[in-house]
Amino acid sequence: MKQPLRDIVGGFYSLLSGMRVTIAQFFKPSVTVHYPHESLQMPARFRGHIELVRDPATGKAVCFACKVCEKSCPSDCITVEGAKLEGAKRKSVTQFRLDFTKCSLCGSCVEACKSNAIRFSRQYNLASTNKDEFVMDLFKRLEAEGQ
Amino acid sequence: MAVAQGKAPNETFVLNLGPQHPATHGVLRVKLTMDGEYITRAEPVPGYIHRMQEKMGENRTWAQYLPNTSRIDYLSAMAYTHGYVGAVERAAGIQVPPRAEYVRVITSELNRISSHLVWFGAFLLDLGGFTPLLYAFDDREKILDLLEGITGSRLTYSYYRFGGLYNDVDEDFLGGTREFVAQMRPRLGMYRTLVTENIILRKRLEGIGVITPEQCRKYGATGPVIRGSGIAYDVRKVEPYSVYADFEFDIPVFPEGDSMARYLVRMEEMGQSLRIIEQALAKLPDGPVMAEKVPRVLKPPAGDYCYAVEAARGRFAVLVVSDNKEMAYRIKLRTPSFSNLSLFEEVSQGMMLPDALALMGSLDLVIPDIDR
Ligand code: SF4
Ligand code: SF4
Repeated sequence: MKQPLRDIVGGFYSLLSGMRVTIAQFFKPSVTVHYPHESLQMPARFRGHIELVRDPATGKAVCFACKVCEKSCPSDCITVEGAKLEGAKRKSVTQFRLDFTKCSLCGSCVEACKSNAIRFSRQYNLASTNKDEFVMDLFKRLEAEGQ
Repeated sequence: MAVAQGKAPNETFVLNLGPQHPATHGVLRVKLTMDGEYITRAEPVPGYIHRMQEKMGENRTWAQYLPNTSRIDYLSAMAYTHGYVGAVERAAGIQVPPRAEYVRVITSELNRISSHLVWFGAFLLDLGGFTPLLYAFDDREKILDLLEGITGSRLTYSYYRFGGLYNDVDEDFLGGTREFVAQMRPRLGMYRTLVTENIILRKRLEGIGVITPEQCRKYGATGPVIRGSGIAYDVRKVEPYSVYADFEFDIPVFPEGDSMARYLVRMEEMGQSLRIIEQALAKLPDGPVMAEKVPRVLKPPAGDYCYAVEAARGRFAVLVVSDNKEMAYRIKLRTPSFSNLSLFEEVSQGMMLPDALALMGSLDLVIPDIDR
């Protein structure tokens, strides 16, 4: 007789002490953010999709189309084309196609580029109903931003 | 099938659990043959999200395969990357600087806690309790923020490199981790009051789904499953890798073998991980985080190399076969969830359906880890 009684009382106590934790939670500050009205700041090292870096001295892209990043990408997302402009010592990029549908944000390309010509963007609001929007020409984007 | 005339039919029926079912935590199908509420046979049918992770290793360079390793068990990506870089470092004879090893331990252990927290929330969700998930995700969020700050990613970290780390940890991370360890200790006590001592939970788990040590050995179960059956098998202790030999920590073992034992192992393990992190933070040496002279194109000498780590779900081992080329000849991944799932068929026989779901939850299956 004693054991079942102890079980009932002990069990009831365990439920009450659990309740106490839940009730205490009501008086603690909220931990969530009301997205989309508020959003969080992305950390400095956040890995978004890649973007080309502009050379502050010339205002042009740093990239010289050496295609190292293209080779390093495990998923073949990158296609770089370059051309030698008249009078220039080395090539400059004319097309930098990123197929973001295949990109796994691994960062191999950023690490492979020794001239720091690409970096991660901080964009993460990237939903779309059109798949083609994710095949982006980063060079065109850079040019468009410059204007 | 003709039913014998005049007798009550001894009928069984087939019940599909999954491939889309919340209790299987992913795309796993279990074909259950039911006799009323009791299971007579449970046949797991994996393969719905098989991605040929092993085959992919054979057609991309050693470094290109790195991101794949954080997509096998996405909840403990750090440990999996550790296993792979460990195998390649062993193959290529690369020495990792001590600071990098310490940071690897800290991040792996943080990742273990976050993985156990997901299990904790999801497991209790299976059992019908919703609120604990929210508490667990509150704590897990802090870990994800810390790891995101240094790796740039919240889940698929790929933070380790052959010979070291992607980048060094900063003061924000170290301070944040110290703060987290201090905060997390009382939270573990809170979990005990909120959940572990709860009478409903105890009634649902105690004595349910008993796995014997023999069954664990037979199916190669590892991790919290084998430790919940009374065998103190932990790769960190039996084959110490990285710098784990430098730390003092215990391996929680519970001999009962029921779902409650596996639950308790994981809860205790979180406390032990905090202990390891604390020691590693105190001892963290200065210095580089990348070995010198790691060739850009790796071509490890021909041979077989194996490296095992203790991931959140058990022993994860990588076997790489190199034939001195830019790509591996073969990469074999030994994943814990696959072995842990194998014993489900035998153990679940004769169990009631809700109890079998409690058993499955206590195995902590991650489906991409089974299907890889
Ligand atoms: S981004 Fe860098 S690696 Fe890629 S083509 Fe340009 S310069 Fe070369
Ligand atoms: S982040 Fe990785 S997958 Fe994406 S483009 Fe760069 S190398 Fe390719």
